[in-house]
Amino acid sequence: MAVTETYPDDLKYHPEHDWARIDGDEATLGITWFAQDSLGELVHFEPPDEGTRIGKDDTYGEVESVKAVSDLISPLSGELIEVNKKVVDAPETVNEDPYGEGWLVRIRLADAGEVDSLLDAADYRRLLEEQ
Amino acid sequence: MQTLLRTPLYDRHVALGARMVPFAGWEMPVQYEGVIPEHKAVRADCGVFDVSHMGELEVEGPRAGALLQLLLSNDIERLDDGGAQYTLLTNESGGIVDDLIVYRLTPFRYLLIVNASNREADFEWLKEREIPGSDVRDVSDEYGLLAVQGPRSLERLDLPDAPAFSFAEGEIDGIACMINRTGYTGEKGVELMVPAEDAADLWDRVLDRGATPAGLGARDTLRLEVCYPLHGNDIGPDTDAISAGLGWVCALGTEFIGADELRRIKSEGPARRLVAFVMEEPAIPRQGMGIEGGGEVTSGTHSPMLDRGIGLGYLPASLAEPGQELTVDVRGRPRRARVVPKPIYKREERPSGSD
Repeated sequence: MAVTETYPDDLKYHPEHDWARIDGDEATLGITWFAQDSLGELVHFEPPDEGTRIGKDDTYGEVESVKAVSDLISPLSGELIEVNKKVVDAPETVNEDPYGEGWLVRIRLADAGEVDSLLDAADYRRLLEEQ
Repeated sequence: MQTLLRTPLYDRHVALGARMVPFAGWEMPVQYEGVIPEHKAVRADCGVFDVSHMGELEVEGPRAGALLQLLLSNDIERLDDGGAQYTLLTNESGGIVDDLIVYRLTPFRYLLIVNASNREADFEWLKEREIPGSDVRDVSDEYGLLAVQGPRSLERLDLPDAPAFSFAEGEIDGIACMINRTGYTGEKGVELMVPAEDAADLWDRVLDRGATPAGLGARDTLRLEVCYPLHGNDIGPDTDAISAGLGWVCALGTEFIGADELRRIKSEGPARRLVAFVMEEPAIPRQGMGIEGGGEVTSGTHSPMLDRGIGLGYLPASLAEPGQELTVDVRGRPRRARVVPKPIYKREERPSGSD
């Protein structure tokens, strides 16, 4: 676990410890520093099938550490356009760089309005402090 | 809420930043730096585990050996003073009440190191069956237990080589302890039994000598790679020793509880067997997953040495031969696996003459 705890201000967050980086009508999804730290070293990423339609707050895949399995919860609705193959081959990339090289999937947004329902970095940090 | 017990090393674990979890009623370190680096440290060099949660029972008296010969599956008469033996506490149906290591201290005094979760049950099982001239005592609280494991463990502790399953009184940096050539990792190593009040000092000396602290997470991945069964997962009162592949610790020429049933199962051939398997596709098997054809995973994990999913599970005998292809139900997804010979992981043989 190389990286220190961070929650970048340019991302949106879901209370289940997932993040979204919005780029026009597309979004990149991943898990937060807190999520990867709780799980420990990731050893498996089970991505969704090609062309899957993902619903907001629904499970779109799994990540596993040696000891635990965790569902991936999508912060937004959309259609899968890309899976990060690097993470499929080397799941520990998520631990090393959860907001960069360790992104999980890209989706085409079904409803850009949903973005307003997500937490910003300050909200998410507050949520972690309350836990 | 149940209060969790703490070993004499609890403060040491917290100071090292360990992640503490409940295990068998104890608050134990599951990992320090991470399961994978700790696992690799044990395979490459030397790691130290706090296993003070394990139970220690003493059986004493002129007929202590006779009692244990009746209750344990292995042949205790093959032990000399300073010798230890892996053995099973069996029930009438040949099921496994616990698996343990018995140490002969003297002809009239034996030590049993048992699983933490079975300490009370084992004690009661033995106590209820005491015979005149035998006395069973639970001495668990008097001792700490450190497992120092890995190819460089003896060198790091300045200990001479000694046969596996032997033990002797000794000292590490002036701290007196019982030095047992036993372990649960498949590597060379020792288990150090020390008075509880000296356990923290001994831990510090072992770390000073370069051992990497390792938690229960790595202990589980290490034992699974070498196919050591875990009581409660792979073996239990409802699984017999022959089906579990533990016939080699059952002296069927002697009389012990369940011996008749085990002789019958052996002669008829078990209907199902505990096998080792590796995943042929990316997936991690977990306890309780179904295996096509009527099997079930009893332990599963990610192997740090093989970098793939591995497991143990019961299969109908017809599917239990190495090479057999399997399909594991991974939360609704069928994933291919293959039965392999035990152990799953074996250190690569080095050319003779090299070190």
